[in-house]
Amino acid sequence: MNQTNSLKYNLLLGLSFVLIMASLALVFLYAPTEKEMGEIQRIFYFHVPLGWIAFLAFFVVFVSSILYLRNRDSKWDTLAHSSAEIGVIFTTLVLITGPIWAKPVWGSWWEWEARLTSSLVLWLTYLAYLLVRSYAREESRGARFAAVMGIVGFINVPIVYLSVRLWRTQHPPHLVDTLEGSMLLTLLIGVAAFTFLYVLLAYHRTTLMNQARKVRILRQTLDEREE
Amino acid sequence: MDNLDYLFAAFAVVWIGIFGYILFLSRKQRLLQREIESLEARVSKRGSHEA
Repeated sequence: MNQTNSLKYNLLLGLSFVLIMASLALVFLYAPTEKEMGEIQRIFYFHVPLGWIAFLAFFVVFVSSILYLRNRDSKWDTLAHSSAEIGVIFTTLVLITGPIWAKPVWGSWWEWEARLTSSLVLWLTYLAYLLVRSYAREESRGARFAAVMGIVGFINVPIVYLSVRLWRTQHPPHLVDTLEGSMLLTLLIGVAAFTFLYVLLAYHRTTLMNQARKVRILRQTLDEREE
Repeated sequence: MDNLDYLFAAFAVVWIGIFGYILFLSRKQRLLQREIESLEARVSKRGSHEA
């Protein structure tokens, strides 16, 4: 990392840290306790931002995959790969925190209803995307397959988002319009904190992937010269 | 209806997951650094042989 990049990274790190601390303080000290569900409703303030940022990560995969197929520039492929990895991690956390919230409220960990099932399908789709990449024999071939998957797989994102409107589900509908001021502020700070965290992780992961690629090329060149 | 244990569990899962990923990235970075050092050693060894 050169000096400018290191400065950018440290700035991102600092901003993410401040926002995460602010978000935690708001969730546990400022946001009022919800009347019907009680304290457990506080899961909402990180469950929802994680879900939204997973959507953002998959949107970045979608756009980067289109750009990769058009230009065949490996920087777009690297960005798509990094973003998919982070999206899968965030979706995993959504799929774990959701049932933890559901158990005391619905009385069961899981229901095969539209929102939960489509979210699980979304997670499996991008998990398959990562597997395609890691098992591809040729790097460029794996990148092409993955780019197609990154574009086609994104179809599921609007389905997950709209599932609570399109089908009768047990999952609560979009509540943002009905939130009280302090609850909305807590949610928005949470979204900002996870957005910065996503950018930081994507930046770090992309840098590592680029370095790993350069090291691989250099090792191959040295091996060839030494033979 | 407080269910603080569920709230704690969800909170712990999120931060363990995120810190786990950060640790994974740090480990990757350490391994990469080690590999760069070994390549540098090979390059300098090659340079001294050619000289």
